[in-house]
Amino acid sequence: MNSKKDIAVIFLCWLSGIVIIFVMMFLTGYLAMKGWNALNFKLIFGSTNPLSALLFKKQVFDGLFPSIIGTLLLIICSVGFAVPLGLITGIYMAEYANNFIKIMFGLFFDILASIPSILIGLFGFSLAVFLHKHVSENIYPCLLISCLSLGLLILPYIIRTTQISLESLSLETRVTALSLGATKLQNLYHILLPRSFSGIMSGVILAIGRCAEDTAVIMLTGVVASAGIPKSLFSKFEALPFYIYYISSQYTSPEELANGYGASIILLTICAFLFVFAFVIQKSLHYRALYCA
Amino acid sequence: MMIQEKLAAQFFFICSIFSVLATILIFGFILFLGLPILQENNLLQILTQPWSPDTNAFGIYPMIVGTACVAALSIVFAFPLSLGCAALISILDRGLFSCIMRKTVQLMTGVPTVIYGFIGIFLLVPIIRELFEKGSGMCVLAASIMLAVLVAPTMILFFAGSFDNVPLSYLYAANSLGSTKVQNLLHVIFPCSWRGIVTGVILATGRAFGDTMIALMIAGNAVHIPGSFLDSARTLTSHIALISAADYESIEVRVIFACGLVLYCTTTFLVLFIRFLEFLSKRKLP
Repeated sequence: MNSKKDIAVIFLCWLSGIVIIFVMMFLTGYLAMKGWNALNFKLIFGSTNPLSALLFKKQVFDGLFPSIIGTLLLIICSVGFAVPLGLITGIYMAEYANNFIKIMFGLFFDILASIPSILIGLFGFSLAVFLHKHVSENIYPCLLISCLSLGLLILPYIIRTTQISLESLSLETRVTALSLGATKLQNLYHILLPRSFSGIMSGVILAIGRCAEDTAVIMLTGVVASAGIPKSLFSKFEALPFYIYYISSQYTSPEELANGYGASIILLTICAFLFVFAFVIQKSLHYRALYCA
Repeated sequence: MMIQEKLAAQFFFICSIFSVLATILIFGFILFLGLPILQENNLLQILTQPWSPDTNAFGIYPMIVGTACVAALSIVFAFPLSLGCAALISILDRGLFSCIMRKTVQLMTGVPTVIYGFIGIFLLVPIIRELFEKGSGMCVLAASIMLAVLVAPTMILFFAGSFDNVPLSYLYAANSLGSTKVQNLLHVIFPCSWRGIVTGVILATGRAFGDTMIALMIAGNAVHIPGSFLDSARTLTSHIALISAADYESIEVRVIFACGLVLYCTTTFLVLFIRFLEFLSKRKLP
């Protein structure tokens, strides 16, 4: 028989659960309701023909296409910078480091992971100024600096997921090849990396999600409101989250506001899709660990 | 073969050093660029003076107070909700609803912050404006509510994880003595996992301190010390974002490096504190 206190606690816990779910449904429902009308080709391609915009023949001036391309380029370049470095560092931390180095380096990576994103943007900005003054007059905040800063932002996540997925392999898996005479590199390449690939992959996908949604870093390092498709690594660019921020403060008509809602839906869908994808990959890892040798 | 191994080990080590250097480099750059300001004006003066460029006062004290207010209020909102939700997910209910809830909360951790800010401007601010009939609605309260929604999922998952880590033998012992689920929760699980709860709160505080977009879009950005919850305020992060667009050589932009230093030191201190708590808990177990 539940006492009054028990009933009160159960009621409060259910209440908090229902509040959280309600808030989430309210937010997504509101966004969908307001932005549903704006979701069409005109939102993305403006008044340009979609096919000629996709083949980069014509510029798109009043659509989201440059922002989407900008975000895509950001993701590719920053992941290309951060994943090799993070992978190698994670492998070092899991396989080669002694205990003292693990604790020391782990502390540094924790600090890096908890730095606010605006500070990383500030670092990128000061890096651009430093290069401008001391290396070349032509370097301004640009795509390259944003990609480096975003790469720094996601580096600790990749290191952490690589280290954890390598360390969570069972002891037998990790030492059997070594006991048969394989070197550490052979063990890594043939046994460990294939087995922990799903964990690393899901970490990379989560890092991609983080890249796509971060605004503070790119705000200080080179994103602008309208720049078209970036012609080189040293040019300014547009990005989807910055477009949403810009519209929220500078919209001049209900259509532009509806465009902002449409952009929010697109960004939310991209992030949700990446998240579900990472989750599915992790589930397949679990399945393989349980049911395959 | 041995040379290949040795080379590979050295190469891996150099890459790790490179990653560690990144952390130190960030601190070094911000310190280096903020040092002229700190040498000219007293550090204490910057930390405790108000900000008004017209009268040559470049203190960041209002921003520090703004950050502290917004972050503290959001933790006050989010902590009971997260505790109740985590208790629901991991203890009180094992059925379909808690499964759906866990998936929803995991999905919520991936929502971009700029979308929270966007929805906050167009949904939350008018509601607060109508409800309280004072000010423009862009205030500490609105920013704290949205920030609480942002940090709650991370806290919930962290709390649920630490609840699941309580040794089953404790729960079996309590059950065999006839305790109900709620008595288990209050008298066994909470005392055992209080360290995990504290770590979760500190992580959420770090996240709340460092968030830029919500504070930038919703909190109003007025440069004064907020007197009440309905006052507009400016946080350190939104200050950095707003001022960085100004002329580089001016003293205002130099001061944002001092803001950056304050933020960096705060988050580093929080991380060290968490490590210290872990160290303490490891020492207690035999």
